[in-house]
Amino acid sequence: MSALLPRRWRSDPRFAWAAFAALGVLLAALPFIVDAGMGRSWVRILAFALLYVMLALGLNIVVGFAGLLDLGYVAFYAVGAYVYALLASPHFGIHLPFWVLLPLGALLACTAGVVLGAPTLRLRGDYLAIVTLGFGEIVRIFLNNLNAPINLTNGPQGVNLIDPIRFGDTALHPAVDLFGVSLPATHAHYYLFLAFTLLTVFVALRLQRSRIGRAWVAIREDEIAAVAMGIDTRNVKLLAFAMGATFGGVGGGLFAAFQGFVSPESFTLMESIMILCMVVLGGMGHIPGVILGALLLTVLPELLRYVGPLQEAVLGRVAVDPSDLRMLLFGSALVVAMIFRPEGLWPSPQRARELSPDNPDETRQEQESLFDATR
Amino acid sequence: MDIFLQQLLNGLVLGSLYALVALGYTMVYGILELINFAHGEVVMIGAMVALTVLGVLAGTPLPPAAMLAIAAAVAIPACMATGFTIERVAYRPLRRAPRLAPLITAIGVSIVLQNVAMIVWGRQYVSFPPLIDVHIHEVAGATITNVQIAIVALAALIMAGLLLLVRRTRLGRAMRATAQNREVAELMGVDVNRVISATFVIGSALAAVAGMMVAAYYGLAHYAMGFMLGLKAFTAAVLGGIGNIPGAMLGGLLLGIIESLGAGYIGDLTGGFLGSHYQDIFAFLVLILVLVFRPSGLLGERIADRA
Amino acid sequence: MPPAEAPLLEARGVSKRFGGLAALADVSLAIGRGEIYGLIGPNGAGKTTFFNCLTGLYQATEGAFLLGGARLAGLKPHAIVARGIARTFQNIRLFANMTALENVMVGRHARTRSGVLGAILGTAATRAEERDTVERARALLAYVGIEPRAHDLAKHLPYGDQRRLEIARALATEPQLLALDEPAAGMNATETAALKALLERIRHDGVTLLLIEHDVALVMGLCDRVAVLDYGRRIAEGTPAQVRTDPQVITAYLGGALP
Repeated sequence: MSALLPRRWRSDPRFAWAAFAALGVLLAALPFIVDAGMGRSWVRILAFALLYVMLALGLNIVVGFAGLLDLGYVAFYAVGAYVYALLASPHFGIHLPFWVLLPLGALLACTAGVVLGAPTLRLRGDYLAIVTLGFGEIVRIFLNNLNAPINLTNGPQGVNLIDPIRFGDTALHPAVDLFGVSLPATHAHYYLFLAFTLLTVFVALRLQRSRIGRAWVAIREDEIAAVAMGIDTRNVKLLAFAMGATFGGVGGGLFAAFQGFVSPESFTLMESIMILCMVVLGGMGHIPGVILGALLLTVLPELLRYVGPLQEAVLGRVAVDPSDLRMLLFGSALVVAMIFRPEGLWPSPQRARELSPDNPDETRQEQESLFDATR
Repeated sequence: MDIFLQQLLNGLVLGSLYALVALGYTMVYGILELINFAHGEVVMIGAMVALTVLGVLAGTPLPPAAMLAIAAAVAIPACMATGFTIERVAYRPLRRAPRLAPLITAIGVSIVLQNVAMIVWGRQYVSFPPLIDVHIHEVAGATITNVQIAIVALAALIMAGLLLLVRRTRLGRAMRATAQNREVAELMGVDVNRVISATFVIGSALAAVAGMMVAAYYGLAHYAMGFMLGLKAFTAAVLGGIGNIPGAMLGGLLLGIIESLGAGYIGDLTGGFLGSHYQDIFAFLVLILVLVFRPSGLLGERIADRA
Repeated sequence: MPPAEAPLLEARGVSKRFGGLAALADVSLAIGRGEIYGLIGPNGAGKTTFFNCLTGLYQATEGAFLLGGARLAGLKPHAIVARGIARTFQNIRLFANMTALENVMVGRHARTRSGVLGAILGTAATRAEERDTVERARALLAYVGIEPRAHDLAKHLPYGDQRRLEIARALATEPQLLALDEPAAGMNATETAALKALLERIRHDGVTLLLIEHDVALVMGLCDRVAVLDYGRRIAEGTPAQVRTDPQVITAYLGGALP
C-alpha cells in the first residue's frame, strides 16, 4: 500500500504512518462531510467513484500490465451484474444471498474472459481490440433481446427490484442501524465499496510485484523476448484476461446490488471506453495513477451539471445540454492524452523523474519509448 | 425461393454500401496499418450534411437530381476536409508510436465526432426528404426499388473508378509503393505525407457518397449511425483481406449477403429462439471467425511473422 | 573432430523454406558438451534462421534438433527454454521499461512456479521463491559485471551493458546451451576482449555456447569448432584453423582470405 505515497514519505515510516492515519480518517469521514456540505447525491457519486476505481484497476491488469487493448471490458461487468440481478430479484423469484452471488458472478465473468481470450489472444493488438469490442456488443445485443421467446433478461426494460445486500438480518437498504446510529444506504454502500476497493488495490499491487506480474510487463514490452525467456505467452495473457474479467465481475455484482436495477443501457461500448479513459489518463500500468484517473473521471463529469446554469447566466439560454458534453470530453481527453502525455497524469515515479525538465535529453527518448506501454 | 432471392437482393444493396465504406478502412490500413476507427463517423457526417442541404433545398423548385447533386457537392468536400483534419490532428503526430497509440486516439476522434454531431443535429433521426419517386420493380418474385438499383450501380461505378485510380495513375502508384514499404517509397521520392493525406481524402469522399446512399436507402440518418456501419464495413475489409482493395469490395458484398440471409433465416435455424433483431451479431461473428481462422482474409496474403 | 561422447545438441538435416526460398538446406551439425561452437557465414546465409528454428520461433520444414538425444521438434519456444536452450538477439531485445534486475528476474520465469493465488495470498513458498529469484538475479548481474546498474531501466544502460544484461537474462533460465546472436556486434576492441573473457568464463562454468558472429578474430580466438553457412548450406566445419584454409569458405567470402 505504501506505493500509493510519494517516495520521500515512504522512506520515513513516521510520515508514512501519519499520512495513512490521516487518509484513513478522511476516507472514513468523507461521506458525512460530503453529505453535510454537498448533499446525498454526492455521497452516491463517491460510491460510484470507488466502483470505477475497482473496474479501472481490473482493466489496468489487461491494458496497463499486459498491454492488451480490451474494448469489451464492460461485458464482464455485465456478466457480474446480471448474475446478481437475475438470481436475487423477483424476476425469476430466486433470492440467493450476496455472498454466494458475488463469487459466482466473478467466476462466470472469469470464465467468459477465458472463453473469449483462448481463441483470440494470439491476434495482433489492434485486431484483438476490435474482437473484444465485438464481443462486448454481442453480449449487449443478447441482453437486449433475450426476453423472447423465453424471458431470460427482460430485454431493454432490464431487471428491477434487485435485493439489497444483507449481512445476516441487516440489509444495507434503506438504512443500517449501527450502535443506535442510522447509517443511510448510500453511506453503507460507500463503506462496503471502500473495503472492496482497498482489497482490489491490495490484490493489484501483489500481482504487479509477482512472477506473473513481471511476465505480463515482459509481454507488453517485447513479446518475442518474453517467449525466449520461457514465458508461455498464451497462458500468461489468458491469466491477465481472466484476472481483469474477475475484477469486472465483482464490480458488476456490487453495481447491481447498489443500483437495485440493471439494464443493457449500462453496458454499452461507451462504458468500456470510459473505463479505458480512466486507465490511459491516470497512467497505464501505474496503480496510483489509475486510481487517480478513475476518481477524476467519475467526479469531474458531475461538475458538468453546473454548466447548464452557467450557460443560462452567460448566454441567457442553455445552448448545449451539459450531459451531451460528457462523452465529448472523454473522447477529446483520449486524443489529447495520447498525443501530449501518453504516460498519463500520474506516471510511476521512475518515469516521472525521467520526465522532469532537469533531464532534457532523456525526455524525448522517454516520450518515444513510453508508447511501449501500449504496444 | 422468392424469400431467398429477396434476401439476396437486399444483401447485394447492403453489401454495396458496406463495400464503399470498407474501401476507406482498407486503403488506410494498407498504408498506415491503422484501423481508422473514425471512418464510420465520416460516413455519418456525409449523410447528415447531405440531409441538411436537402432540407434547405426541399422548398425550392429545383429538380430532384440537381438537389442531390448539390447535396453531394457539399457533403463530399465536407467529408474530405474532415478526413484530412483527422489524419493531421490525431494520427500524424503518432506515426512513429506503437500500433495501439493511434488506435486509442482513433477511438477518441470517433467519440468526439459522434458527440459533436449529436450537439449539432440533435438526438433524433433526420429524415430524407421525399424527393425521389420510388418505383418498385419485380424480379422473379422478389422486389427491388429504383433507389436500390441506383445504389448498386453507382457503387459499382465508383469502385471501378477507384481501381483505375489506384492501378493507372501516378498517385495510385505512389499509394501502392507507400503501402509496400514506406521508407523505400520515401527514398524513391514519393511524398509520403501527401500520399497519406490523399488516401484519407479519397476514402472520405467515398464515405460521403456512402453516407448519402445509406440515408437514401433507409430514408433517415442519425448521429450514431456511423458506429455500427463502420464496424461492419471494417469487418467486410477484414473478410476480404485488409489492405486489399478488390478484397474490400468482395468482403462488403459477402457480408451484406450473409447478413441478409442470416437475418432472414435465423428464426428457422434456431427454431424461433432467435429473431431477426440479431442481424447485427452476424457481422461480429464473421469478424471473430475470420480473425481467428484466417486473419489474412479471403484475398489477403498470409504474412509470415518475423522474429 | 567430432566429440567422442554423445553431443549436447544435434541438428539433423534441418531445412527451412519460406515459400520458394530455401533459407536453410539440409544443415547437420553436432555440438559437444562444454564446447564453444561458432556459426559463421556471409549475410543472408541463414544463421539467424538457424537460431529461430533451434529456439522454436520457426518450425523447421524438414529435419530436427536433438538436445541430449531428445527431439525438440514441435515444441513451443517456451518449452524449448525449459529444456535448457536460451538465446540472445542480434538486435538487443531487452524489456526496455523494466530495470536491469527485473529483466533478469523475468529470466527466472521458466525455473519458478508461483502463480496468481500464491502472489495474492503471499504464501511462504511464494515469498521464498521471490527472495531466491532476487538473489539469483543480483548474482547474475554481478557475474556479468553490471550489478551497480541493477535499478536502472534497461533502456538507459550503455550499449555494452545492454549486451551483458541480455546474457545475464539468458543465463537466468539455467541453460545447458546458450545461443548468442552476434554478441560482439557494435563493440570496440576493449569491449570485445572483455566479452571474450566473459564467454570463456561461462563455458568454464559448464554452459555450452553456440554463437553467430561476424567478428572473425573473436570467432577464431574463442571457438573450439566452427561451421560455415552459405546460401543456407553448411559448406564447412572444423577447427578455426581448418575452416580458415578451406577453399570453399574462401570463395564464399568473395575470394577474400580470412584474416
